[in-house]
Amino acid sequence: MTAQEYAFLVVAVVGSLAAIAVVTARNVVHAALYLVVTLACVGITFLLVGAEFIGWTQILIYVGAIVILFLFGLMLTKAPIGRDTLDHLPQNRIVGAVVAALMFLGLAGLLLNVWPIGTTVASQPVAGSTQAIGESMFRDYVLPFEVVSFLLLAALIGAIVLARKDEGAA
Amino acid sequence: MIRLPLVLLFAALLFSAGIYGVLARRNAVMVLMAIELMLNAVNLNLVAFAANLQDVSGQIFALFVIAVAAAEVGIGLAIVILLFRNRASINVDEVDLLKW
Repeated sequence: MTAQEYAFLVVAVVGSLAAIAVVTARNVVHAALYLVVTLACVGITFLLVGAEFIGWTQILIYVGAIVILFLFGLMLTKAPIGRDTLDHLPQNRIVGAVVAALMFLGLAGLLLNVWPIGTTVASQPVAGSTQAIGESMFRDYVLPFEVVSFLLLAALIGAIVLARKDEGAA
Repeated sequence: MIRLPLVLLFAALLFSAGIYGVLARRNAVMVLMAIELMLNAVNLNLVAFAANLQDVSGQIFALFVIAVAAAEVGIGLAIVILLFRNRASINVDEVDLLKW
């Protein structure tokens, strides 16, 4: 066990508990705030694995922008805070819990079968990964990069068209 | 450094929590949040394998996933707001206009 592994275990436990709190919280605003904790833990994990660029991008975009978007979405839809009991029905909860537990056990069994924790050796981080990302992004992945920028533009226009009020029609 | 299966286990737990959220919650915003959890689990896997294989491509795919997730949340919340304006409800079980 290295120091990074101890730090990762703490982060992973906090992130897992917060993730379970996200999907079980009765209050949707609390769920959004638990989501911040989970996303921050994932970002810290990226930093610990040595992917510092993805880690900071995660914290900037997810914690900084997407969660704010969620909170605005909750505010604009007058989320039923406090009387959220209709949100998850008992039969949905049971089916969801069974499927999720089977999924986790299946995935965990599969990956522990391939990479046993005791014998797998740890890998070293990619040196200078931000520079490597930039070079690879603009050498090998230029077309996907441009497609993503176009996708973001289309999503921006689509969101504005969908969410604005029709003044002419009414 | 961190051993690969530990990160993968964390990602598997996040993914399972996301599946539970999508199946059990009926609030559309909660379903979107659960989808974000699952996308984050995928990103964790991509970055962990990028570190394991000493290849930066996995990190680039994680960046693309983050960008597409941002677009998805923007469109998704716009649809949810439109839905709330038209139906005064964001319960996904009540949105069955296209079901016959």
